[in-house]
Amino acid sequence: MSIVRKPPSRLADSLAQIGACGIFLFRILGAVPLSLRYLRETVRQVYFVGAMSLVIIMTCGLFVGMVLGLQLYHTLSIFGGTAALGTVVALSLYRELGPVVTALLFAGRAGTSITAEIGLMRATDQLDAMEMMAVDPLAYVVAPRFLAGIIAMPLLACVFNALGILGAHLVGVVWLGLDNGTFWSNMTSSVDVWSDVMTGVWKSLAFGAVCTLIATFQGYTTPPTSEGVAYATTRTVVFSSIATLAIDFVMTAFLM
Amino acid sequence: MSASANPRVSHDDVTVRDPLIRIRGLRTALNGKTIFEGVDLDIPRGRITAIMGPSGTGKTTLMRHITGQLAPDAGEIVVDGANVARIGRDALFGLREKIGYLFQNSALLTDYSVFENVAFPLRQHLKLPEELLRNIVLTKLQAVGLRGAANLMPSELSGGMMRRVALARAIVRDPMLIIYDEPFVGLDPIALNQILKLIRTLNQTLGITSILVAHELAAVRRIADSIYLLAGGKIAAHGAPDELARGETPWTRQFFSGEADGPVPFHYPAPDYAVQLGLAGAAP
Ligand SMILES: Nc1ncnc2c1ncn2[C@@H]1O[C@H](COP(=O)(O)OP(=O)(O)OP(=O)(O)O)[C@@H](O)[C@H]1O
Ligand SMILES: [Mg+2]
Repeated sequence: MSIVRKPPSRLADSLAQIGACGIFLFRILGAVPLSLRYLRETVRQVYFVGAMSLVIIMTCGLFVGMVLGLQLYHTLSIFGGTAALGTVVALSLYRELGPVVTALLFAGRAGTSITAEIGLMRATDQLDAMEMMAVDPLAYVVAPRFLAGIIAMPLLACVFNALGILGAHLVGVVWLGLDNGTFWSNMTSSVDVWSDVMTGVWKSLAFGAVCTLIATFQGYTTPPTSEGVAYATTRTVVFSSIATLAIDFVMTAFLM
Repeated sequence: MSASANPRVSHDDVTVRDPLIRIRGLRTALNGKTIFEGVDLDIPRGRITAIMGPSGTGKTTLMRHITGQLAPDAGEIVVDGANVARIGRDALFGLREKIGYLFQNSALLTDYSVFENVAFPLRQHLKLPEELLRNIVLTKLQAVGLRGAANLMPSELSGGMMRRVALARAIVRDPMLIIYDEPFVGLDPIALNQILKLIRTLNQTLGITSILVAHELAAVRRIADSIYLLAGGKIAAHGAPDELARGETPWTRQFFSGEADGPVPFHYPAPDYAVQLGLAGAAP
């Protein structure tokens, strides 16, 4: 932590942060076996970061699906290919939009609350108190949230996708009058579980790990001040978004 | 342990045989500011040792050294035979399980109720039947007068109540050593009396070694077996409470009578006051 505090320059600061974050990842991984003792804590966190994010994920999924349906319907109609609407919507959701948009929403909804919560625990000496009671805060506080993020993210992305497809169906079939059977049969015949759906799941797992890593790291190493917690929360959103999009590019390049 | 076999490092007044905590040549600087420069001290087993000293001299820092939260720059800190700066994390956690620590700012877990705060150390380390755990926790809360507040959340407590909950949490496992960092802050005279009695009872009936960091000389005199006066990064005085309270050295005289002038500075190091206010004439 001390290397992060006194940066000689912004670039060195950023590099030191990334390095410290990497070390933090290994410390979390080291604490994961111990955190299995606090399984109930992990379940509680899955509820907090997962179930509590459902409303925003579902709402946004529905709207993204409706916009996709509308835009693609008009574009496809130029080529007379509106029958492919279901296929195109499903593919773009499964492969890209589902995992990425879910991760961005997750960073804003769950990531910030993780950072603020841990940061406040740091500022009020609660983490030190746990250490003094011989409870490792990495195992008791950080690892459960980290695991919860990895578990919750793919599930949230699936919900997002489902609602997105429903939204596109609403626009394409219910509103614009596309044939219901065509919509579904074209989609099911050209979406592959392994190359399409699983691609998205792998991405979600990675985003879940990265977003919660950043959120917990920012909270854990925040300066114990109100300004420190405020900055840490902002950084969580900024860094999570950048990391999500960058990793998405890399993974897309490899998984194509 | 071979503490008693080493007269070279013994104190001028008492040589403590087999102390629970032995500190030698402690040196620490935080952010470039020297906090300790050569502190030697012994905490004997089964006694109440008070650490007093001006605000900001490093009493809390010393406790953080003893519990291994902070590593010193130099010197050795041996607690119950283990050098806390050297032992691994597991051994350190094993040691901490035997230490109750009352944080200066209480540090209650804000998401848990009073009951769960006190139960936390038990739940984490012992698999007790729920009923037994309940009885232990309620007994400790009763001892600090807050059994009725068991279901409140920390945010619903006053400062003095938080101190007492934190105290109950520190003693809940009947540890070998209890460190009280300013236990009397925010207590009314009645609560203060009860807490004094509690500290003494724990010490006398269970033989728990106690370190008491406090500013209230009158209260400290009633229970402490000996006092270390910490000032200027060193041990300024050490001895029995009555002996120190007589104020025979400049340090003790100033500290216990509360005078501003003397060897203990009231002011944090600062540039000249007049100069900083721009009132000084042309500097020579
Ligand atoms: N994390 C830190 N970084 C830098 N300096 C620190 C840090 N913590 C404490 N200090 C400095 O160390 C000195 C001792 O602090 P400490 O909290 O131990 O004092 P104290 O004796 O407990 O005072 P009080 O009686 O007011 O509680 C202070 O001068 C403080 O400025
Ligand atoms: Mg202090």
